[in-house]
Amino acid sequence: MNILRKKSAANLPFSETVIELFIRLCGISSIVFVFGIFFFVFREGAGFLFNGLDLGQFLTSPEWYPTSLSNKRYGTYALILGTFSVTALAMCIAVPFGLGAAIFVSEFCSPKLRETFKIIIELLAAIPSVVWGFIGLTLMNQLIIAVFNVPIGLTMLNGSIMLALMSVPIIVSIAEDALKAVPDSYREAAEALGATRWQVTYRVLLPAAKNGLLAAVLLGAARSIGETMAVLMATGHSVNIPSGPLSWIRTLTATIAAELGEVARGGEHYQVLFIIGILLFTITFVVNLIADLVIKGIRQE
Amino acid sequence: MKKYGRAGYIIIGILVAVASGFVIIGRSPKDSESAVGKEAAQVIIKNKGSDTMVNLAQAWAEIYVDVTSSASVEVSGGGSGTGVAALINGTVDIANCSRQIKPKELEQAMQNTGKAPQEFIVGYDALAVYVHHDTPLDKITIPQLAEIYGEDGHITKWSDLGIMHVNCPSDEIIRISRQSNSGTYFYFREALLGKSSDFKLGSLDLHGSKDVVEVIGRTPCAIGYSGMGYATSHVKMLEVAAADGAPYYAPNLENVLAKTYPIARPLYMYSLGEPTGEVKAYLDWILSEEGQQIVEKLGFVPLTSN
Repeated sequence: MNILRKKSAANLPFSETVIELFIRLCGISSIVFVFGIFFFVFREGAGFLFNGLDLGQFLTSPEWYPTSLSNKRYGTYALILGTFSVTALAMCIAVPFGLGAAIFVSEFCSPKLRETFKIIIELLAAIPSVVWGFIGLTLMNQLIIAVFNVPIGLTMLNGSIMLALMSVPIIVSIAEDALKAVPDSYREAAEALGATRWQVTYRVLLPAAKNGLLAAVLLGAARSIGETMAVLMATGHSVNIPSGPLSWIRTLTATIAAELGEVARGGEHYQVLFIIGILLFTITFVVNLIADLVIKGIRQE
Repeated sequence: MKKYGRAGYIIIGILVAVASGFVIIGRSPKDSESAVGKEAAQVIIKNKGSDTMVNLAQAWAEIYVDVTSSASVEVSGGGSGTGVAALINGTVDIANCSRQIKPKELEQAMQNTGKAPQEFIVGYDALAVYVHHDTPLDKITIPQLAEIYGEDGHITKWSDLGIMHVNCPSDEIIRISRQSNSGTYFYFREALLGKSSDFKLGSLDLHGSKDVVEVIGRTPCAIGYSGMGYATSHVKMLEVAAADGAPYYAPNLENVLAKTYPIARPLYMYSLGEPTGEVKAYLDWILSEEGQQIVEKLGFVPLTSN
């Protein structure tokens, strides 16, 4: 590898140097953008975050009154609970389906069927989230009203189903890769010992691929936490401490999306919305970091 | 390592350049106000004020570009108060205001500029109270609405309003509201509760005037508010009385124009002194049929019924 590189470097024509440099820049730009975005979000929110915001109230009070004329209160407790509860419920729905589909596609189905499945799953991933939101607002709303006999179907359950449908494709493709990464010798060895196909999957493949599967679930969860449009439309967008899957909720992301458009630039409310952005950034960063560490765990094994 | 030396320096150089670019952008002045159709214009009319009216003002400005090439309009929001303040300081030509100018502001303007602000009513903002078509309720009073929506309100069930809502078995009133910084939300809150109190949390805060009516049309238990122009066949507009015992008025153009319907307010534009030249032409166009059609299109009430 090294020899090859050195040799090519010595004889590289100028154009290739330029192309290499360009590709390198593309890679580095992603790092620059992430830090740039974080810098901007932080800069917009920092003034109020360090000077004026009651952080205790921000994290523990359910009272979200950003535009009150007499008594402004910036409590995001209900919004944080909303975000986590809708994500947790979405994962409860998406994980069994996602992992099940991944196992089926990777281990049980014929190569021809597998190709069809993969195309369909990719198609599912390509549906824009506002379309999911619209389905939630119209179709799923009516369905939940009919099935659960509730007055309105714009609930946590509705949002969770939409989020589950959105994160299933991610979970399937990453989990399938993880299963594919298990060496064939494991499967052959297990089958040689007389294990059935199910036993091979359950006893050998799942333990061997467990880190990859966990990473798939976490990345799916990160997608759900960051999702905005669908939950804005499907969950009712109501500041409420959730009491069950059929209560109306509001998430952190949806709050930013709904309120940032009409807020006075540079004001307290504006800055609080950016502080919510910082909070979200931190949450998804932690989830992604865990996923990364887990994936790293696989490589070391 | 050595091989990457030169490329490495270049990359570091670019990184530094980009990073410093971010810092410079970060330090540049905050507001870059939107300018509509600046090109090919001789006169720029500056227009500032009410956030309720900002979309309307923007729509006027955008279409006015096609009407004339001798003037263009620069619109910004910030609230009625900031609009009037800018007018007093002489930094804008037209101030948008969703309330009438205060006597004190008038006086200040006279002192500062020697000219009296001239008032133009350019349309009306009327909110209708919507319920589902099957709701056996036709009338409601402002105090009742305050009890439903207000922080300290006690009305949570349809039976509290004295009706048997057959299509709403849970009897619970589902409050539909708007995101808390929309002009509609502000106006409705002020009309119901004044400035000292807030709405109860737990309403469904939808994102658009149209969504409110859409959801109410699907939800028999719901009540909500939205512009008059958004009514569909699935919903019903309630007649509203300003106080208990006061007469009820239906939300229609006549009652809005007669100022009897309680949740409606005129939308004002103020110019400094009698408008002249391009400013006069712009205001005339706004009051013309073409300008008033835009008022209706954005869900407000035009000056005359057509």
